[in-house]
Amino acid sequence: MNVIETRQLHKIYKGAVDVHAVNGVDLQIRQGEFTAIVGPSGSGKTTLLNIIGGLDQPTSGEVMVGGASIHTLKPNELIDFRLNNIGFVFQAYNLIPVLTAKENVEFIMLLQKRARSERDARVQELMEAVGLTDKLNNRPSQLSGGQQQRVAVARALASKPKFVLADEPTANLDSLSTSNLLDIMARLNEKENMTFVFSTHDQRVIDRARRVITLEDGQIVRDVRKEIEAVG
Amino acid sequence: MLIQIAWKNIWRNKLRSLVVILAVAIGLLSGAFLMSFSYGINQERSRNIIETKISHVQIHQPEFRLEQKANALIAEGGQATTDLLQRPEVKAVASRLLVNGMFSTTKGANGVQINGIDPEQEALVTKLPERVTHGTYFEGKKRNPILIGESLAEKIGLQRVDEAGNVSYNLRKRVVLTFQIPGGETQAAQFRIVGTFKSLNSKVDETQVYVKRSDLAALMGTGEKVHEIALILEDQEISEDSTFLQSVQATHPDLMVENWKDLAPDLKLVDESFAVSLTIFMSIIMLALLFGIVNTMFMAILERTRELGMLMSIGMNRIQVFLMIMLETIFLTLVGAPIGILTALGLISYFGNVGIDISAFAEGGAAMGVASTAYTYLEPNAYMVITVMVFITALIASIFPARRALKLNPAEAVRAI
Repeated sequence: MNVIETRQLHKIYKGAVDVHAVNGVDLQIRQGEFTAIVGPSGSGKTTLLNIIGGLDQPTSGEVMVGGASIHTLKPNELIDFRLNNIGFVFQAYNLIPVLTAKENVEFIMLLQKRARSERDARVQELMEAVGLTDKLNNRPSQLSGGQQQRVAVARALASKPKFVLADEPTANLDSLSTSNLLDIMARLNEKENMTFVFSTHDQRVIDRARRVITLEDGQIVRDVRKEIEAVG
Repeated sequence: MLIQIAWKNIWRNKLRSLVVILAVAIGLLSGAFLMSFSYGINQERSRNIIETKISHVQIHQPEFRLEQKANALIAEGGQATTDLLQRPEVKAVASRLLVNGMFSTTKGANGVQINGIDPEQEALVTKLPERVTHGTYFEGKKRNPILIGESLAEKIGLQRVDEAGNVSYNLRKRVVLTFQIPGGETQAAQFRIVGTFKSLNSKVDETQVYVKRSDLAALMGTGEKVHEIALILEDQEISEDSTFLQSVQATHPDLMVENWKDLAPDLKLVDESFAVSLTIFMSIIMLALLFGIVNTMFMAILERTRELGMLMSIGMNRIQVFLMIMLETIFLTLVGAPIGILTALGLISYFGNVGIDISAFAEGGAAMGVASTAYTYLEPNAYMVITVMVFITALIASIFPARRALKLNPAEAVRAI
């Protein structure tokens, strides 16, 4: 089953010179895929992720999540949609600095109005999964970059999303932290059959991805599934 | 959740938040204190004028009150005085004969108002004996005694200053008072200065002289009749209640019964415009604070663009973002408010008891009836007005930053540097 599907997706930024950031992208991502979207700077990776994540509107084309089109949603519905369907991991971690690691993970479940017992259990489960049960009460400033990004992954999964979008998640991490993070995400991918979609330049991420989609000038120029040979 | 995060957020940049909190506290403190100082001076001035000159209530013939006609006398003034004293609300009553005249000595003349008083009654109503600085207060059996103000005594050359700087007055001096009697004729009589007084108002000291009513009545041929009956009540508020005034008016339907607000409209104006002054003064302070608070919150939002972008990306809706920023701004403002108001309350209470020495400005103040010590005071509802104004300021200040936050595009904000 396709978790994400795009049909003839276009995004044009108007200006003195129009920029065709996404140019006719047709893409299907199935449940449980571990996908890296790669390409040079300006190839449209982030724009594509933003459109898939409902943070940006396409100029034309359609985005389907779980079989339902998202570009027909009203702004408030789109926010609810993101809250309940998509986990985000950002390049700069973007944790809330005044909250502890536990509170950061719990925060999104508070937005979902989940019961306290459910929140506590989920926080414990996820912090164990990312190996940070001893850092529950630490604030982001008391954590290393790698640890912060692991908390961010736990936060992304806390809402039980359909998939996780990660924009350059390892760009600010050293090799060891990157390796740890990828191990954790790969384990969650296998254990919870969670779908991960990365935009990345990082060869270490590309090496671990099971599907690699290459974008150039807003178009998919290569789509490789490592277990299965090229499909694009 | 939003309350908790908003509260924690204001302590992110402690120094900046403390500066805003202190600005709010100091703004409120200084505003409230200055108002209490001004109010205290005015209250004291009003009290002095009421206690030493106009009393709580006065009764006149309308023609005397409006046209100062010497023959507009209250018949049976003595009986009226006795009747008024029977009322439980009335603490003291003084009846007076009043006439404008000329005060003459060998060294010159001065226009004055001659107050023919009953010394005993006057002592209870205007506390005149307490203001006698030299000589006596109508003691002994000297014929036609007169009490004059220090300013007048100085003006007519009665003042002597010895080498040590001690001031004394030549109190044996005889003076001539010339005035018109009710029949229209001019009467002149010799009086002997028995004492000087000093009030809080130098103008009064120069233009008012006091003689015994019986002496003046004999010269004017007015018998028991008087021009004015002044009342001091058990409580000033009684005079502001129309019930009492109407009751007295009913007993004396032909006379004008007026309270201190009618008698001194300037005092009434200042008294009644105080709430407006407070609101305007505090509004100016609040406006200045509002700009500071809004600027601080704009800076905070600018610094947290990426975080706000993240919050909106992961599913925090517009209302929640708006509320969070509003709460932060309100907290920032309201933390400073109790500090400022409570400090003001403490200082106002303290200086309300011990007073603030303003004797350096006594000369200028004396012309306006202002005492040399100011006792700070604010009406309890003034604190309520200030609190409400702070809350309104916090609400207004919170709208602009919250609106700015809503305008962020999450996709762009999350990647902001």
